[in-house]
Amino acid sequence: MASVLTFFTEFPFELFVIQTLNGIVTGMILALIASGLTLIFGIMDVVNFAHGELFMLGAYMGVIVLSTTGSFWLALILATLIVALFGAAMQIVTLRPLVGRDPLTTILATFGVSLILQNYALWQFGPVARKINEPYTGHFNLFYLEYPWYRLVIAGLSAALIGGFWLFLKHGKFGIWIRATMQDRVMAQAMGIPVPLVHTAAFAIGAGMAAASGVLFGPLVGVNHTMGLDWVLKAFIVVVVGGMGNLGGSIAAAIFISLLESYAAIWVSPAQAVIVSFIVLIFTLLFRPTGLFVPTPK
Amino acid sequence: MTKRDKIIYWTGFGVIVALLIVAPLVLPPYWSRFVTEILIWGLLAMSSDVLIGYTGMVSFGHSAFFGLGMYGAAAALLMVSPPNLILALAFGLIGAAAVSAFVAYFSTRLRDIYFAITTLIFSQIFYVIIFTWTEVTGGENGLSFRRPAFGIPGIWTTPFTAETLHWFVLALVVGSYLLLRRIMHSPFGMVLQSIRENEPRTRAIGYPVERYKIVAVMLSGLFAGLAGVLYAVQNRFAAPDFVFFLISGEAVIFNVMGGIGTLVGPIVGAATFLLLREGLGRLFGEQFPYLIPLGFIFIAIIIFLPQGLLGFMRRWLNK
Repeated sequence: MASVLTFFTEFPFELFVIQTLNGIVTGMILALIASGLTLIFGIMDVVNFAHGELFMLGAYMGVIVLSTTGSFWLALILATLIVALFGAAMQIVTLRPLVGRDPLTTILATFGVSLILQNYALWQFGPVARKINEPYTGHFNLFYLEYPWYRLVIAGLSAALIGGFWLFLKHGKFGIWIRATMQDRVMAQAMGIPVPLVHTAAFAIGAGMAAASGVLFGPLVGVNHTMGLDWVLKAFIVVVVGGMGNLGGSIAAAIFISLLESYAAIWVSPAQAVIVSFIVLIFTLLFRPTGLFVPTPK
Repeated sequence: MTKRDKIIYWTGFGVIVALLIVAPLVLPPYWSRFVTEILIWGLLAMSSDVLIGYTGMVSFGHSAFFGLGMYGAAAALLMVSPPNLILALAFGLIGAAAVSAFVAYFSTRLRDIYFAITTLIFSQIFYVIIFTWTEVTGGENGLSFRRPAFGIPGIWTTPFTAETLHWFVLALVVGSYLLLRRIMHSPFGMVLQSIRENEPRTRAIGYPVERYKIVAVMLSGLFAGLAGVLYAVQNRFAAPDFVFFLISGEAVIFNVMGGIGTLVGPIVGAATFLLLREGLGRLFGEQFPYLIPLGFIFIAIIIFLPQGLLGFMRRWLNK
């Protein structure tokens, strides 16, 4: 009883609020990455191992465009477009020949792509982390901390991108094509939807979303060639916990897991806090293998 | 296998083993060490072939089994003085078996891609634990230790030379191959192959599929752990890098390159991969990002040669 009391009296309330904010910010970034991943999985049963590398590539493109033009927003848009185009090319070259084969071969192919991209980045840009300057440098006071406005901008922008994507899926003509292909590939083809094009475009959209999150997240940490690895693992966890191919579930899971990790980081080191998300994953697989944030299957 | 096939198979087997036995006597030390290393990585890849090729489950978690074999051996070698080979093997295998039992219990509830991702995440759990638990595992720097002597401690021992180490590794790898081949041809192995071909039907016939899968993962993990012990003994260190999932990825690459479902294919794949890497390094210098061309070759093999280099022999090798 006494220990419970000390827990509450010594509870680091201010730190808790700060970590809640941090958790939501990383959660939104993670949701942006994971929604691309889950779109690609949902539509063509491809687990994109190279998704983290697309994120990394986006961040590097951001660095390059930013250093030549000096505009963060231009960098965000151009990096997204370039990586989306790259994603389309990658889908056509490596994944299109594998349509109709065992979905596991696509894991292997995208794993090969991720190796290539990661080593290319190391070779081209070197091991030293690059920096993206924040477009807003303002701070506001949060208890004893000066909290950067930019973090809130990231969360807002990610939410806006995801919202826009959702509206596009719901109402856009192409979005309806994507959903139709997700539901039934053969029937969609029979109705005259160009399924191979939809696949390529969906992959490009997913790649672009990963790139956008890379540029947005770049200012918080350095940009280096291994940044994709951590994120792709987290995104996998999110996608499984949220229910594969389920967009809303992925977003909820992304925020849920990021919050848990931020809270865990109050007591243990951030490197160990990752284990919390692993544990969430194990429990999900044990008790709700279809995903935490989906209706119970009948 | 007809009688003629049998003669061809065992002659080929004998010739290759004989070549590997004389390898350290004729090759310069660098290359003979290289061959030893190929055998160890080949053993790791062969263990994962039990899952990929025979049971139809792609594991991205073999680095955990390999790494725990390494750290198990390290624990035995550091705690007991003088270092004891038998104890290192026992500890490494126990470590790998414990981890693979744990991983198998949870991950075999899932199939296909979900299984691959779950094993990947599990290997990362062990990576994070080993990486951050600095007091016990040495953290980022890992552990280094002395190489144990060969023989039965207390009765007769002799320090490893490069040749005896090679023969020791070779004996264990060939033994593992024969054992795994026997297991894959046993009724148990047939059930595994039936799971690969048609899981619902295997279940309908009445086989407890989950139990078979758990045993398959454990079997595979045990041999991966053996590879880890051998690597630790050869290189006298254990490092968290070897628990990182890129090692599992390499094991999968070896399998796909060499040909899944053949057991020897993965060894050929490992040899091809390591030789290409060495060759590229020599041609373009040490700094050359060898994984870029190897990645392209890997993707090309997946698309154009899905059965791998030894795929044409797959049916014959499994007769």
